[in-house]
Amino acid sequence: MNYLPLFTALPLLGAFLIPLLSKIWERLSDIISNVITTLLLILSVYSLFLLPIFGKVYVYEIGKWAIKPIPLGIVFTFDNLSLLMVLVINLLSFACSLYSITYLDNYTARWKFWTLFLLMVAGLNGVAITGDLFNLFVFIEISAISSYALVAFGVEKEDLEASFKYQIIGEIAGLTILLAIALIYAKTSTLNMADIANTFAKESKGPLFWFIISLLTFGFLIKSALFPFHFWLPDAHSQAPAPISAMLSGIFIKVVGVYALSRLIFNIFGLNRLNASHYFNLLLILGIFSIVIAGFIALKQENYKRLLAYSTISQVGYIFVGLGLANFWSITGALSLIFAHALGKGLLFLTAGPVEKEAGSLDIHLLSNFKKRMSFYGIVYTLGALSLAGIPPFLGFFPKIFLILGAIKGKRFEVAIILGIFSLLTLAYLLKITNKVFTKKEGEEVKGVSSIVISFLFLVFLIFILGLFYLNYLEPNLISKATEAVISGVEYARLVLIK
Amino acid sequence: MLPYLGCIILFLIGIYAILTKRNLIKIAIGFCLLEYSVNLFFAFIGYKKDALAPIYANLSQARNFVDPIPQALVLTAIVIGLGTTALLLSVALRIYEKYKTFDIKEIKRLKE
Repeated sequence: MNYLPLFTALPLLGAFLIPLLSKIWERLSDIISNVITTLLLILSVYSLFLLPIFGKVYVYEIGKWAIKPIPLGIVFTFDNLSLLMVLVINLLSFACSLYSITYLDNYTARWKFWTLFLLMVAGLNGVAITGDLFNLFVFIEISAISSYALVAFGVEKEDLEASFKYQIIGEIAGLTILLAIALIYAKTSTLNMADIANTFAKESKGPLFWFIISLLTFGFLIKSALFPFHFWLPDAHSQAPAPISAMLSGIFIKVVGVYALSRLIFNIFGLNRLNASHYFNLLLILGIFSIVIAGFIALKQENYKRLLAYSTISQVGYIFVGLGLANFWSITGALSLIFAHALGKGLLFLTAGPVEKEAGSLDIHLLSNFKKRMSFYGIVYTLGALSLAGIPPFLGFFPKIFLILGAIKGKRFEVAIILGIFSLLTLAYLLKITNKVFTKKEGEEVKGVSSIVISFLFLVFLIFILGLFYLNYLEPNLISKATEAVISGVEYARLVLIK
Repeated sequence: MLPYLGCIILFLIGIYAILTKRNLIKIAIGFCLLEYSVNLFFAFIGYKKDALAPIYANLSQARNFVDPIPQALVLTAIVIGLGTTALLLSVALRIYEKYKTFDIKEIKRLKE
């Protein structure tokens, strides 16, 4: 598996080549970036089959700075949790880049889009595979800066305003994380995550330890837009171009927020329900607040993408409820929800693109008076919405069941009831769009456009087929192994350092 | 202890500017102060009293060196900060072109 650096090197190479080569022929940028996202998808699916051969974790030492006697060099560590994230990132970035070939006809300067897009993919992949704390910060910033620029890509008044807000909030989060990293370095004199885990395991958990944890939690909760840090998300995610909304909502907040936080609290600081029950209760309560408040706000939204953005906050709440319960079932549910929500919400945000192009607006009230029929987009949207709300044959059904099972196992019956009831609310607000925008239409049918249709079919196929094979294939081969990687806690350090 | 106190004061001034100022450029300056305070803090961590700069050819005997790693990390963080500040200011200028004002009270087209 020594191809591991390619996950970041390939998109960085593409981001470098595109500005040079697109001067020759602008369409070349489409080809380069789609070839790269396809290669990344192939690599990540290949890793799915290759990782079991190497055991639970594969360590790549950059520049052959061996980490065994003294961990000095930067390492990439690839375990089952990283595998899950890399797979989700590259599935969705493949679909989004395919989609953008046609979608970008609405914009000028397509090579700038592709450069930023590939930088974002590079950063996200880097966050998922890195084993070095400062490297983690650098990759977070790479993906964050390109996402700020991408939110403002349309350079309309609203886009710029959203981007400015997003940038200030995102950078405050970034600097808080940097401050926490500085404190960790001051305390442990190392940046290797496994070594940090070992050092902290030997020491007692004093006030400084909890101060570091709270700084990190503050930073990563802003990045993952959990209530009460959610206020920037609806602006940024609703003003970005459609494929970028899909990327941001689908994977960005989960990789940079949820993945990075859970890697740190479970694997590095070794927190679990037994030694830090207050901390997990906090996550649980914030998760429930997110589900309830964002769910109700979503219900009364009058803008297509704002509604979906609030729905994202509510679904992030589900993921944090899973992490907060912190037992095997609930974390399986949270990780499956990361997978299912990335594909489902990605699909929903992508449908906003052609709808906005046809109707010229995303106001649900205006769209309900729009006369043309958009039955293909309507069907695609509804399938995605059904999956997100957790209707049985689709992928989104299983995470909700696992979360409810996790709540029951953790003796939190009230949580199980809230999760069940608010799944219905999810269905209600998502089908509001189906009901108002896609049904009861007369007049001519809107024709689908080539690459957009292919990306929709790809995502719908995945949602359907992964739903069918969830219990037989996906859960035992990918998600339960990733859950084990989370649950086993500081075992991560042992696996990385002592091979 | 005093330099760390300076760091914290700088951090608080930055937060104050971001929270209370209405001008986009002043918010950007507040953000820069915030960033400098974190960078400064990071640089302080490597400091040791009466230690030498970590450049030494003859390492036959033990010497008391300052920790060079925070300096290298701060350099990286400064470069990242340069990127974000440049982007922040260019977005602010674009906003000025569109709205003809830097006042955030008047830049509020995004409401529920």
